[in-house]
Amino acid sequence: MSDVISSSFVRQDLLAERPAPVKTTGFIGLMRTRLFNSPTNILLTIVGALLLWFTIVPSVKFLLVDAVWSGKDRTACLAENAGFAVGACWPYIQAKLPQLIYGFYPEAERWRVNLTLLLAVVLLLPLLIPRLPAKSLNAGLFFVAFPVVAFFLLHGGGIKGFGLSWTAGLLQLFDESIVGAGQALITSGRTSAVGPLLWALGSLIVLLGTLIHWLIFPLTWLRDYLQGTGQPVWADFAVTAAIVCLIAFALGGGVRTGGRALASSIATFIGIAIVIRLMDLDHGGLPIVTTNLWGGLLVTLVVSVTGIVTSLPIGIALALGRRSTIPLIRIFSIAFIEFWRGVPLITVLFFATYMLPLFLPGNFTVDGLVRALIGIALFTGAYQAENVRGGLAAIPRGQSEAAAALGLSWWKTTSLIVLPQGLRHVIPNLVNSFISLFKDTSLVSIVALFDLLGSLRASFADPKWSTPSTAFTGFAFAGIIYFLFCFGMSRYSLFVEHRLNAHRRN
Amino acid sequence: MSEPIVKISGLNKWYGEFHVLRDVDLAVQKGERIVICGPSGSGKSTLIRCINALEEFQEGEIVVDGIELGPNLKHVDAVRREVGMVFQSFNLFPHLTVLDNCTLAPIWVRNIPKKDAEVTAMKFLERVKIPHQANKFPGQMSGGQQQRVAIARALTMNPKVMLFDEPTSALDPEMVKEVLDTMVDLAEEGMTMLVVTHEMGFAREVANRVVFMDAGQIIEANTPNEFFAAPQHARTKLFLSQILR
Ligand SMILES: Nc1ncnc2c1ncn2[C@@H]1O[C@H](COP(=O)(O)OP(=O)(O)O)[C@@H](O)[C@H]1O
Ligand SMILES: [Mg+2]
Repeated sequence: MSDVISSSFVRQDLLAERPAPVKTTGFIGLMRTRLFNSPTNILLTIVGALLLWFTIVPSVKFLLVDAVWSGKDRTACLAENAGFAVGACWPYIQAKLPQLIYGFYPEAERWRVNLTLLLAVVLLLPLLIPRLPAKSLNAGLFFVAFPVVAFFLLHGGGIKGFGLSWTAGLLQLFDESIVGAGQALITSGRTSAVGPLLWALGSLIVLLGTLIHWLIFPLTWLRDYLQGTGQPVWADFAVTAAIVCLIAFALGGGVRTGGRALASSIATFIGIAIVIRLMDLDHGGLPIVTTNLWGGLLVTLVVSVTGIVTSLPIGIALALGRRSTIPLIRIFSIAFIEFWRGVPLITVLFFATYMLPLFLPGNFTVDGLVRALIGIALFTGAYQAENVRGGLAAIPRGQSEAAAALGLSWWKTTSLIVLPQGLRHVIPNLVNSFISLFKDTSLVSIVALFDLLGSLRASFADPKWSTPSTAFTGFAFAGIIYFLFCFGMSRYSLFVEHRLNAHRRN
Repeated sequence: MSEPIVKISGLNKWYGEFHVLRDVDLAVQKGERIVICGPSGSGKSTLIRCINALEEFQEGEIVVDGIELGPNLKHVDAVRREVGMVFQSFNLFPHLTVLDNCTLAPIWVRNIPKKDAEVTAMKFLERVKIPHQANKFPGQMSGGQQQRVAIARALTMNPKVMLFDEPTSALDPEMVKEVLDTMVDLAEEGMTMLVVTHEMGFAREVANRVVFMDAGQIIEANTPNEFFAAPQHARTKLFLSQILR
């Protein structure tokens, strides 16, 4: 019995803390536990170190140590003048920087590009910082107001009418195309076997068109009247503002609760008026700079930002369409997605640039840059649709059932419950597509648009700067720019992901 | 007797060729508490999900508080406004805080201002005894707490009828009681309740009627005393012997 007690395995006193026998912290500890703890790891460490040695050292040597930092032309960057094997030729970048940023945008107008970029930064930064208030106002300014302002800043030009004229014009175009189709039917009815049938159908359509013509007549009459006044833009603006404000007031709940809607729509129109006044849009606006003069980083940013901003809504709409229970919508979405995913981007760009004009009706032209933009937006949209669909599929059915049981409609369930959760699941995939879109913008240079890479390659042709290292310097510079943007997006997405997934951390 | 608040008549439902609900008739008076039990797969969930139109049905009619819900599911929105539902797997919205879970529907369905909705939500969270967790996310709470939040969330819409589909089946045993206590409180306040559960203690304590379902039909309905003391049907006896042991 006493035996058991003397050999007790129950401690009488607490033991003092002892340091670990082998150091596991600090640099030595890291070497022991992570880098040199097994033969394989020793091998991997050595290979890794060698790789770093053979990539980092030559890069630093090329970019910094052996670089030439100043000079007026190619002579400064030649080995015989510099006295050593020349690495990067930075004065070349310095000399070509305006071209790399603006392309052939006229020098006197470049302030417009700078102002646009500044506006973009001023509006985008606060949007990206979660702590700052007034997110919906900020988002409205960036996603709705900014694109319009940016268009008139970068492209120039003015407006001849406002909302009412545009609506009237659109309706008239629509009406004319209906009548046109009806007349075509009547004409073909004369030769065809089922002639009388086609003729009757055509007459019916023409009749419908005439009916619409009389329905919209008050609108077109008002438009023509307004155009006849001395200040067509402002007259139209006033009428449009009055109509829209009244509608907002009525929809907002009338006398009882409509005050807010009324106030915000009045504020919006005051903002629009200020922009029209400031940019002189009613008197032709700024001088027009056609898009074939745009180039460099400007084009890269315009294409990628437009692509990013438009492809996500397209992708969401297609993903929802693909899950729809309405067969027509589902089939359309599937066909659309599969078509764009099955075609290489280069083909899309070629088609948009060279073939689309052949299909469009004669007097209907679309700007080359816009065509490329549409092609890229639809292409990326199809990819984003599949990303979004993956996120939506991860949401259990119980979520929408619970929302339905609470009385939320399909739209509210989708926008408040399903999408917010689904998109959070796929932030990495979405940003992955954005990054790849940003780099794919360089493909527009094959359809005669000079993006950053296109302008760079154009600048190689300048004999004034032709040296052995010119091309390397140029590509290194472009690489650094692309990397900075992509790395920035990647880091920001990690931050967003971390923040939005707060509910998953316990 | 007054007009029943829920009246199910001649309800038939098929999943493809499979006849899940067969000629179900059930009338629930205002303030009545019905417990529905029966073997797994007998159609209990399907039945109560038909009441708030989460499932469609092919024949028959359901009238909730005078609002008619036929096979074409007209008036879905109106019915759902009257009926609250609590699920086996809670189905809280994980990306919203507890408070936001409880204010979402009042704000977006009833257009109640956010401030007022929050006051109401806090009142119900107090009733289920978790007011101080209002700013937590569902994932940070225990199952029992989550289910109580789910009950509070349904109550914020002021339903006239509450449906419970096995509300305690996904819970660890020590949490079952807190949820059942909440439901007992609710019953004592006079809420009309249809509860699918196998908690026979709960049935004895609060139910006015126990309904036994098998193979898509109601084969027995009785007061708890009668139901447990003198089951009529052989299937009921078998079921009770299995569940009470
Ligand atoms: N979506 C569905 N499609 C086909 N069969 C289903 C579906 N949902 C349930 N069922 C079947 O209907 C029957 C009743 O299901 P349910 O109402 O969930 O039963 P309970 O809740 O009583 O366990 C089961 O046999 C089940 O397999
Ligand atoms: Mg069930």
